[in-house]
Amino acid sequence: MTMTATPTPLARLGRVMVDRPLVPLIGLLILLVAILAILNPGVLSMFWAGNTLKIAIPLAMLAACQTLTMLTGGIDLSVGTAATIAAYLTATLAPLIGVPPAIAVALAAAVVIGLVNGFGIAICRVHPLIMTLGTALIATGCLLVYQRYVIATGVLIPEALLWLGTGRTWGLPNSLVLFIPFAALVIWAQRRSGFGRLLYAIGANEAAARLSGVRVWQVHLTLYTLSSLIAGVTGLLYLGQIKTASLSLALPLDLPSVAAAVIGGTSIFGGRGGYGGTIVGALILTVLTSMLTLMQIPEGGRRILFGLIILAVTALFIRLTERS
Amino acid sequence: MRRWIEANTWTLGLAVLLAVLLLATKLIQPGFGASGLDSLARAALPFALATVGMAIVVIAGGIDLSIAAMMAVASVTGAVLMDGASDGQSLLIVVGVLLLGLLMGAVNGALIVLSRVPDIVVTLAMLFVWQGVALLILNAPGGGAAPWLRAMVAGGLLGMDWLPRGIVFLAVVTAAIWLPIRRSRLGLRLYAIGSDPLAAFRSGVPVGQTRIIAYALCGLFAALGGLSVTMGTGIGEPIPGPYLLASVAAVVLGGVVLGGGRGGLLGPILAVFILRTVRMDLTLLSVDPNVAAIVEGTIMVAVVMFGAVVATRGRKP
Repeated sequence: MTMTATPTPLARLGRVMVDRPLVPLIGLLILLVAILAILNPGVLSMFWAGNTLKIAIPLAMLAACQTLTMLTGGIDLSVGTAATIAAYLTATLAPLIGVPPAIAVALAAAVVIGLVNGFGIAICRVHPLIMTLGTALIATGCLLVYQRYVIATGVLIPEALLWLGTGRTWGLPNSLVLFIPFAALVIWAQRRSGFGRLLYAIGANEAAARLSGVRVWQVHLTLYTLSSLIAGVTGLLYLGQIKTASLSLALPLDLPSVAAAVIGGTSIFGGRGGYGGTIVGALILTVLTSMLTLMQIPEGGRRILFGLIILAVTALFIRLTERS
Repeated sequence: MRRWIEANTWTLGLAVLLAVLLLATKLIQPGFGASGLDSLARAALPFALATVGMAIVVIAGGIDLSIAAMMAVASVTGAVLMDGASDGQSLLIVVGVLLLGLLMGAVNGALIVLSRVPDIVVTLAMLFVWQGVALLILNAPGGGAAPWLRAMVAGGLLGMDWLPRGIVFLAVVTAAIWLPIRRSRLGLRLYAIGSDPLAAFRSGVPVGQTRIIAYALCGLFAALGGLSVTMGTGIGEPIPGPYLLASVAAVVLGGVVLGGGRGGLLGPILAVFILRTVRMDLTLLSVDPNVAAIVEGTIMVAVVMFGAVVATRGRKP
């Protein structure tokens, strides 16, 4: 990489954004919180912070799926469906077969979705976006069929999930108990483990990775199965948080999870990014959403804004990396 | 010459498959006739128009994920404006909605060319934008459609019951837009940038401009598809239907290679009718509609998988 003798301020900013995406992101987060405080004085409190964290955690966990798949240049649009199915299965099966078997069945269903995704993407070489969209469609159909047969039995949301989803300890949400080890594990896996390096290698140059002996299809199969498993666990957490078993529980999180990863500096073309930025991205989105709700922007406006943010950030990253 | 024969063998095979499926339908339900054909045509019309739009973009080497959302925008815009409008006004509205479709597609194409972000990312982002626009225009299904528009796709043509107006409408519209383009220099350019953008650029094809035109045409057909949803149901539908995956599957089944440069429009249209007939047969066999949706989704995913395998094989000979 050649640096010119006197880099322009824009190019220098570009290098900072690409090398240390966390710094400008945290700055943006603080800026948004400050604007929120000005718009609505007195909103900032320990309770508000705990609430924001609580809402941001499921989003950040689903965004982990997007971060990991995006590192290889893929995407997983079936995470919302996998999470919804896991939550629905747990809630409806728990009164019938007990809580632990219900959770096991729920996570197994999520893993099956991931295996189908992995098969299509790794072996048939379908584009991940189309493949995961297709499995989401099929899985939703299966959920609708399943729902007709369990309509008579009751719904039970396990106590442990309620504690995890809605409980608070010292003002902080209990979901941090799940999230902090999870985040640490993901960050360790992507930075230090061999699997993480394979993800970056495939995303940076798939042909080169293949020629250096990486079995790309095995990595893809593992990756999409892992992604669905994470989505399933998120579904369980979300069930405890929302406290109802609905057929579209986590579906509205699909798009924000992509947006969170993109804002967090993970390149949608693969090879660059990390989970740390994604967590900040999820926090930024949560604060932004509460701001938009405060300003009474309708759902349509929010979607437009999310779409434009994804587009703008991606275009910006392309420009910055080309310049530097 | 050999490629020409091969392409037509595929299309002929699809036509035979469709004929077999229609015969099977007749066996399943002996009463299947003009009215069944009419409802099949009406159900297939939005899918067919979406597929034509998608096929043009795929031929030009791209993909448009926002097609279903653009259809929703066109559908609600038409339905909201036409609610209570006179016949003359509604004709103007139709023209306006078609121009809106062209504009939406051109915006997609221009963003791809100007931002240099890959088409799949841009149209994914625009999918959300157009969805939001449709929701802002109309929050829940509603609005209306002019009676003459609804009459355009319902019933047989001029007393010939066996020829549904929906099919005539599809054939006339597609031929009127696509045939002149296919015969012109623009048609050649669309295929050229699809098969090799660099070679096309070096032979003096304005690649960016042609790409924007391809997306604008896709937007135009999406607007037609959205209008046909309103024509069929009489209301505007702000939530996009399952047209994205269906159109990609039909394009692949129709013999257009994902990656561009090869295939025509007849194959994808036949493929749409094949997929719709399968769905109709499942309904006639009184299969649970949700199970039918699973079967249909599985067929589409399998088709796309098959297409991807073929495309990968084709790339490394």
